[in-house]
Amino acid sequence: MATVGIAGYGAYVPKYRIKADEVARVWGKKGEAVSAGLMVYEKSVPAIDEDTATISVEAARRAVRSSGINPVDIGAVYVGSESHPYAVKPTATIVAEAIRATPDMTAADYEFACKAGTAAIQTCMALVKSGMITYGLAVGADVSQAAPGDALEYAASAGGAAFILGGDHLIAEINHTVSFTTDTPDFWRREGEPYPGHGERFTGEPAYFRHVVSATKKMLEAMDTRPGDYDYVVFHQPNGKFPLRAAKKLGFTKEQVQEGLLCPVIGNTYSGSTPLGLSAVLDVAQPGDRILATSYGSGAGSDSFDLTVTEGIADYPRNHLRRMLENKVYLDYALYMKHRGALK
Amino acid sequence: MAVPRYWREIPQRYNLVGTKCGSCGKIYFPPKVVCPTCRRKSLGHMEDCALAGRGTVESYTIIYAPPPHFEGEEPYTMALIKMDEGCYLMGQVVDLEPQEIHIGLRVEACFRRIYEDGTRGAIQYGYKFKKMEEAETP
Repeated sequence: MATVGIAGYGAYVPKYRIKADEVARVWGKKGEAVSAGLMVYEKSVPAIDEDTATISVEAARRAVRSSGINPVDIGAVYVGSESHPYAVKPTATIVAEAIRATPDMTAADYEFACKAGTAAIQTCMALVKSGMITYGLAVGADVSQAAPGDALEYAASAGGAAFILGGDHLIAEINHTVSFTTDTPDFWRREGEPYPGHGERFTGEPAYFRHVVSATKKMLEAMDTRPGDYDYVVFHQPNGKFPLRAAKKLGFTKEQVQEGLLCPVIGNTYSGSTPLGLSAVLDVAQPGDRILATSYGSGAGSDSFDLTVTEGIADYPRNHLRRMLENKVYLDYALYMKHRGALK
Repeated sequence: MAVPRYWREIPQRYNLVGTKCGSCGKIYFPPKVVCPTCRRKSLGHMEDCALAGRGTVESYTIIYAPPPHFEGEEPYTMALIKMDEGCYLMGQVVDLEPQEIHIGLRVEACFRRIYEDGTRGAIQYGYKFKKMEEAETP
């Protein structure tokens, strides 16, 4: 079977943040209690002129620049998001044009709640393996929406990451991918509605945990590996607690999760969540490190990936994500509403 | 702005594609068909040339009373930027408090939403500038 893996990656997190404390103050809740309950302390907020397209472009440009890959060799661009700026008109064409990969290529937008980005990675892997393309660009990005006062408002944030998939110049080989998918209506947004609805506690056991745990178990079985065989593990992060609980259920340690756990400081970036977690891990990984990443998208499904970091990582320009995490400006709730109001 | 005009200018607006004179080597943005210095000699020798996106603030102004499509973004900063390739262009500097702008500030291009034609019209994207990331400052 032909080798396939990550030839480049790039991440983007907007500069603005709001603290969970500030959201709690407005709604008469105790910030400390909310933060302790969700393990979310602050979240990223897009600038007034940022949306899923601009975040995707910034992440994709970083991936192209860092990898040194000629964008003309990118034969497919897929952007996964649940907050595409247009209902009809692809975000992927904007991204492709902005990295100068057009016109000899294919493109499309994906939507699968929070796992559209990893679905895009799988599609690119298949196209590379089949020989249809040399390189493919997969992006997961969101400027997620939450109804004012809803529990989601403490976490719904903005950010994204882009991956260039290919067969050579790899910084990490993808050894295998598996998925676990069922029809589970735990979270949704109807056409034309500004905010999503969800099934409260139903989003836990039958939704997030069943899919994340099942996909990861399937991966361990398929690869004949044990949790201890991995240096890092990344799970989708709707809050800070769920990925740690999933890790515990599966026998992974807190230390394996820690490096890729960004939700406590940037919130839930939806389609950007697992891709950003994986980017944070790649920022520190060493050649030979083994990574397991499992996404989750409501509705519901999980995609799991088993990766081995290659020698190529040594020369790859890294750590820009850490810089973005540290370079931040806090907004109060009023300014946060202003930032959010300009976006769709 | 009409959609056809926006579409025609996408290479400039997304990727800062200007032109380079094949005769004297000078780089122009926005693109020119003829080099004003070499004139006839440059005809047919003007080549597309994408700017790297880095430059220095030469002058600036802070907008408190914006035109209609930019209401809500004020106060914002517009700067005259000397690009590293030598040409000048005007752009908004974002993710920066107005008091942080100064002449000599190193900036780099970023991709942002510029303008949207109401809630039903097209969304137009393009370049703006932000402070250059520290590690990348020469």
